[in-house]
Amino acid sequence: MSYLKSKFKHPNLVKNDLGLTYREYEGSLSTLCAGCGHDSIGAAITLACHELSLPPHRVAKMSGIGCSSKAPNYFLNNAHGFNSVHGRMPSVATGANMANRDLIYIGMSGDGDTSNIGFGQFAHVIRRQLNMMYIVANNGVYGLTKGQSSATAKFGSKSKSGTVNSMEDIDLASIAIEMGATFVARSFSGDTKQLVALMKAAISHKGLALIDIISPCVTFNNHVGSAHSFDYFREHADNANLSDFVPVREEIISEVAAGETKDINLHDGSVIRLHNAENEHDVLDRMSAQQALAKAKKENTILTGLLYVDPHADEMHDILGTTATPLNELGEKELCPGVGILDSINAGFR
Amino acid sequence: MKKIESLNEFVIRFANVNGTGSASANGLFAKAMFKLGLPVSPKNIFPSNIQGLPTFYEVRVSEKGYLGRRGDRADIVVAMNSQSFAGDIDSVMPGGYFIYDNTKDQSQNISRKDITVLGIPITDMCIREYQDPKQRLLFKNVIYIGALAALINLEFKILVDLIGKQFKGKDKLIAPNVHALELGYQYASANFSCPLGVQVAPSDVCDGDEILVDGNTSAALGAVYGGATVCGWYPITPSTSVVEHFAKYCDRLRIDPVDGAKSFAIVQAEDELSAMGIAIGGAWNGCRSFTATSGPGVSLMSEFLGLAYFAEVPVVLINIQRSGPSTGMPTRTQQSDLLACAYASHGDTKHVLLFPSTPSECFDMSAASFDLAERLQTPVMLMSDLNLGMNDHFSKPFQWEKKREYDRGKVLTAQDLDEIGRYGRYLDVDGDGICHRTYPGVHPDKGAFFTRGSSRDEYAVYTEKGEEYVKNMERLSRKFKTAQQYVPAPEIISSDIASTLGIIYYGTTEEAMAECTDILIDNHAPVDRMRIKAFPFNNDVRGFIASHEQVYVVDQNRDAQMRTLLINELDISGENILSITNYDGLPITGSYIAGKVLEHHKKFASKNIQVGEIA
Repeated sequence: MSYLKSKFKHPNLVKNDLGLTYREYEGSLSTLCAGCGHDSIGAAITLACHELSLPPHRVAKMSGIGCSSKAPNYFLNNAHGFNSVHGRMPSVATGANMANRDLIYIGMSGDGDTSNIGFGQFAHVIRRQLNMMYIVANNGVYGLTKGQSSATAKFGSKSKSGTVNSMEDIDLASIAIEMGATFVARSFSGDTKQLVALMKAAISHKGLALIDIISPCVTFNNHVGSAHSFDYFREHADNANLSDFVPVREEIISEVAAGETKDINLHDGSVIRLHNAENEHDVLDRMSAQQALAKAKKENTILTGLLYVDPHADEMHDILGTTATPLNELGEKELCPGVGILDSINAGFR
Repeated sequence: MKKIESLNEFVIRFANVNGTGSASANGLFAKAMFKLGLPVSPKNIFPSNIQGLPTFYEVRVSEKGYLGRRGDRADIVVAMNSQSFAGDIDSVMPGGYFIYDNTKDQSQNISRKDITVLGIPITDMCIREYQDPKQRLLFKNVIYIGALAALINLEFKILVDLIGKQFKGKDKLIAPNVHALELGYQYASANFSCPLGVQVAPSDVCDGDEILVDGNTSAALGAVYGGATVCGWYPITPSTSVVEHFAKYCDRLRIDPVDGAKSFAIVQAEDELSAMGIAIGGAWNGCRSFTATSGPGVSLMSEFLGLAYFAEVPVVLINIQRSGPSTGMPTRTQQSDLLACAYASHGDTKHVLLFPSTPSECFDMSAASFDLAERLQTPVMLMSDLNLGMNDHFSKPFQWEKKREYDRGKVLTAQDLDEIGRYGRYLDVDGDGICHRTYPGVHPDKGAFFTRGSSRDEYAVYTEKGEEYVKNMERLSRKFKTAQQYVPAPEIISSDIASTLGIIYYGTTEEAMAECTDILIDNHAPVDRMRIKAFPFNNDVRGFIASHEQVYVVDQNRDAQMRTLLINELDISGENILSITNYDGLPITGSYIAGKVLEHHKKFASKNIQVGEIA
């Protein structure tokens, strides 16, 4: 069987500030299963990058191994990508970002890649405050190896073969806040509107921005008894807040009555607008975010939306004190101390 | 008793308790020998411990230029550790000298009559002179160095100058240190008949250009000069000081004096997997990137090394080899990671290895490894060891050509991309197996690709077709063959007298070879020598083996790993290739190697040599 991707381009497609349509942000034809949530995530990334008018080639797509990690091939064809080692995307992304701080980094991972084999790397990349949007396409199951539970599979949920998961599930959002992440959100692959708004904010955020996205596996984890199915999500979802993202140059035109919204200014001047901000969950407060997550867990709901943000924190390069010029642009002139200094170093060893 | 009499040719052994500051004082002694113009070889033989266990520091001084361990007992032993006292007495050569702290009289415990025993009440002197308990401990070491100066006729001023240099900027430490030296010097002058039979005198045997430095400092400096900017690492003895020195030199040489901005980035990772991932990410994105580790780290990095081989990422790994797993022997030296590194990872992989022998080679090869990695677009591993990395060595100075440029390999710019047709990341356009890279973000609509392990075609498009995989693997083999012409050629030293015997060695075995060769000549067994500097092996290596009837391969590991690598990679019979191995954790000695050669060739055997004798 062969696949071909349509090259047809509607003449009325919306062009962004760079004069590009969203088609210029697409990738190769997906080989994921029909209906896979990951494809919706890829589509949302395409839209978010298009709407932000990012030059596609200035994005670096980093991934590990798994269905999720194949996904970067299916968006942003003009961006370099790196399908690295299972669970090790965070370290490769760290090195890449150290080398060139001017690119935009999108890390794409899955629940097995992040919560099992890569749990250590996940924790430490957050501690390092890497400037990257870290997407977890979370379906609670290993797809490529056909149906084993991952560490995000809910305690007591059933695998497709009927095995009950008897181990505690890992809440990546909660762990991320604990580890010091400065932007943490949760969403659903089917909620494009919320996803695109969160992604635009996450990309604009300075520092590590985690979006844990419930992304049902239509083949191995969409049955009755699963806690990662479409039906389960719809029955248990609870929006923490409906968010809009307002880029730097746009004027804020609110459609919601005053008093119900809360604006959060990001470091670059863009704004996250939260619509049902009157609840007790304060997204600027770490403890409040953790309490909201704990409460949701107790009440057996899935809390989505922006969960926590610290818009003014330092990212890795601030901490390292790296020069503003990307390190990969430096050559002999800047890097090699030269013969004279070597002579004095030699003299010091005599 | 005949006392040892020797000028500028001796071994002194210091037995201390670790964590008492002795390494610094013993280093001062080694440096003083160096200042006299004498080839000197200090070895710190230390435990996996912070404080309390026996530690030894052995200094060989050799005007003849023998820099390997002599390997027998020492001419002078300074015993400062009651735990190892009995063994320390045994470790003195007949006719040698035993210096100890006799604050507590130990004469009843010294039964040997064939040595000269010199007791100095060092603890008493410290208690009398110093109030601070820490100073009482520290200055013990400085006092015996002062006493040694009188005993071996070392000019006192040399020590004073060295103290001044060592504590430059911490000037208030100079006077108490010099005072401690004087205490020792005066005690020895007043109580013993100085100098002893073992003495030193200034020498002009060297050209004065040499430096005394350890290999890890040198490799770190090589990385600075080689333009490394990204470093991911995880602490592990004996490699830790590579990155510590890299950071130190970067802080000194790579920080903008105006705004303090750093033109380097170092991250201490959570483990070695992450350290290698960081180095690979940086290299993928166009920086010269490296990590430094030791055996266990190599094990953890192996999966990533395979990815870097297949994805063709030019990463550098500095491996400071040591003995096997866990804690204890790992603070001792070995060359035991050869096969683990040459074939690191899953699938069919082969890696470029470099074998430095001296600090100046650590510097050269460290800098060159970045050129090689980028030229060949593959991981390059610098195979140092604990002996080279952590001990000071008498070395040629570091050198750098004024107009030297980095070889960044085949990298396409935006303009290059505009000028070509379809870009193929894995398209071998000139037949050497090396393709063209692009850095991420280089061009709006050309040159981008998805980096993967094994499953891609020449245009980096995903494929699982067997024939594409085979084609790619054959190209990688071709590339590895191309590497032969870029890596350093072996150093071959032919005997003055035609010989059918050849010795092959690599790395720190070099320091034992001058003495080994002289012993063999004395025993009418001249040999040709070849020092291997790199893997893959080039034709000179094959030629050397083919042109000798008998070849010995010297390995500082149990399983003769270099011999295995030679036989396997050159596809030759091992019949005439004999192995000499030493893997007790101590640096190999010239007399051991010579003894093994003579053992195999009994017709050359001489009663002058005790076969295989090592301490």
